[in-house]
Amino acid sequence: MSILVNKKSRVLVQGITGSEGTFHATQMIEYGTNVVAGVTPNKGGTFFNDSVPIFNTAKEAVEATKANVSVIFVPAGFAADAVIEAVSAGIDLVVCITEGIPAKDMVNVYDHVQNLNRNGRSVRFIGPNCPGIISPGECKIGIMPGFIHKKGKVGVISRSGTLTYEAVDQLTKLGIGQSTCIGIGGDPVIGTRFIDAIKLFNEDKDTDAIVMIGEIGGNAEEEAAYFIKKHVKKPVVGFIAGRTAPPGRRMGHAGAIIAGGKGTAAEKMAVMTECGIHVVESPADIGKTMQAALEKLNAKKLKAKKEKKNIKKAKKDTKKESKKVHKALKKAAKKVTKKKK
Amino acid sequence: MKIHEYQAKALLKKYGVAIQDGVAIKSIDEFDNAVNTLRERGVNQFVVKSQIHAGGRGKGTVYNKNNREEVVVQGGVKFFGSNVEGAREYAAKIIGNILVTHQSGAEGKEIQTLFIAEGLDYKKELYLSILLDRSNSKDVIMASTEGGVEIEKVAEETPEKIIKVWVEPGLGLQSYQARELAFGLQLEGSAFKDFTKFIMALYRAYLETDATMLEVNPLIITNDDKILALDAKIGLDDNALFRHKDYEALRDLNEEDPLEIEASKSNLNYIKLDGNVGCMVNGAGLAMGTMDLIKLAGGEPANFLDVGGTASAETVENGFKIILTDPNVKAILINIFGGIVRCDRVANGVIQASRNLNLNIPVVVRLQGTNAEEARQLLTDSGLNLIAADTLQDAADKVTQALAQAV
Repeated sequence: MSILVNKKSRVLVQGITGSEGTFHATQMIEYGTNVVAGVTPNKGGTFFNDSVPIFNTAKEAVEATKANVSVIFVPAGFAADAVIEAVSAGIDLVVCITEGIPAKDMVNVYDHVQNLNRNGRSVRFIGPNCPGIISPGECKIGIMPGFIHKKGKVGVISRSGTLTYEAVDQLTKLGIGQSTCIGIGGDPVIGTRFIDAIKLFNEDKDTDAIVMIGEIGGNAEEEAAYFIKKHVKKPVVGFIAGRTAPPGRRMGHAGAIIAGGKGTAAEKMAVMTECGIHVVESPADIGKTMQAALEKLNAKKLKAKKEKKNIKKAKKDTKKESKKVHKALKKAAKKVTKKKK
Repeated sequence: MKIHEYQAKALLKKYGVAIQDGVAIKSIDEFDNAVNTLRERGVNQFVVKSQIHAGGRGKGTVYNKNNREEVVVQGGVKFFGSNVEGAREYAAKIIGNILVTHQSGAEGKEIQTLFIAEGLDYKKELYLSILLDRSNSKDVIMASTEGGVEIEKVAEETPEKIIKVWVEPGLGLQSYQARELAFGLQLEGSAFKDFTKFIMALYRAYLETDATMLEVNPLIITNDDKILALDAKIGLDDNALFRHKDYEALRDLNEEDPLEIEASKSNLNYIKLDGNVGCMVNGAGLAMGTMDLIKLAGGEPANFLDVGGTASAETVENGFKIILTDPNVKAILINIFGGIVRCDRVANGVIQASRNLNLNIPVVVRLQGTNAEEARQLLTDSGLNLIAADTLQDAADKVTQALAQAV
């Protein structure tokens, strides 16, 4: 029903006693997420909300609770260290919410994770500077408002936070549910890129269609678009924020900058359109464009179903026919033998 | 964060990177002292370089600050050899005036600092830069024999003339890579050796200063085969400022828009633009999306303003104040996707600010999330020129209507 996280996810919250960590851990638990542990150095042995055990280190937390996903709310100066601590403790999915981590720190984290994966691990980190990941109705890991989501079959990937909520809200209000929504983050160095998330959604049987929301800067959207053209048959609706952004300025997100004339919204939208993605001009059109794409998909499915039925029927008819013929032939043959006798 | 050439060179010098020597002055009265200081260091040729946060200074035009029609002189950087008198005369002419380059925008930038630098004789200009390659999350070093021109132009016309080397984060820059670059630049003899030393020091400077971009253009080979940075441009990672407390002193507020400075004091992320519809949004992506929406609705965005993921009544009021300072603003669109934020609180902030600021232009307010219904009621009952909108499309339509009435 979802990718990466589900009801079975056992979540560890790093920085659970900080103000952000406390607030969002509470929200996650209320949503139904299975928060099994927290980590705050020097607070080991105490409990969060009288129920979730807090540990000094991620290693202890994993050993005691078998946590398999970690979400990070520690301040920017310590967040890279927290990601590495989590993966070293054996956690294979780390979601880093923290904003404002120096790019150099993330270059090292990214490299470390790549090295682990080359040596047989399969670690993934999401973010940083992202809202997190949610599989509606199952598990919410991050800071997104849970109530705007609805369980369903559309996968959502986005570099933004609130713009993702906007898109999800549009979908939900049209009755279109989501399989999983991933905020991949607005920084220049992120753990999970568009292409990685698209691959997962493409392989997920319970995801019928994909929404991808990009923005100016870098070329991750183009990279994903070429992959989609080659490998993805599911409909993809896309939007790129920042068509009106001036070049050379960083638009809030560290990674949202048009540098040397590269990374413009126009460029990205052109490539995405060329690759068969339903690109919308206005962010207000994401929901209804997906609705139209799904209707088309369902009509196609219905048609395919009908055709299948027809073929089946035809096959059955031919079988019947051939049985008849066979019978008649047998009868005739019997007659002949009788006559011979 | 952008810094000036003279500041970048001072940073590089600390890491043993060979740079063009010079002294920065803020007034023409300091000129003679600067020249004397340089003479004591053995300098006998001089260059006057305007310090502004924009490239293309040499080919720029200096305009009179008090009469923007009047061209003071062509070129914001000039070589004077041993002609100190000529250098002084030029420096006096340009300081305090406006330099317009192809990167500065038509409004140009005021020349408030001059870098009085050593004039060097050189036989070749090269290009060298280090930056993060976002496609593979590694630092890339780019070098080219085509120095002194814009690298974007080289990339477009003769991409084969750009040599690239990627640095493995765990290993750092290796000697063979430095040699690879030196061979690519067709260096030999002592220039070759000098370059390998230079690039090692430069990469260390890039790492330890937490730079996001370091560009040396041109890198020169002097007549006596020394490698040296004639110009230097450094972009520093805003996210890393917390571990470089000394960088605060490098920030030049004169280079920033006064409104943007004001906004940053209230922790608002504001960028001034030229349009007629102001906007205030929570979250950077939605803020950009809202700007795009304004354009589609027939307006032009007057700004980018992200009040943060969790907008409070106070930040909303501060944001309002900043937007209203811009006289071009004919209408405002507030787009807050609350989620966890309570919309009624934001609405109260909007109402309070509108009263305090004697608001007289239409404001379309779209609040979505917890208590959105109560928020709409509060806005409608306020008796102010506040137009409540429901969906994003509804907000766009109401902006179009508001603009039609404003004209």
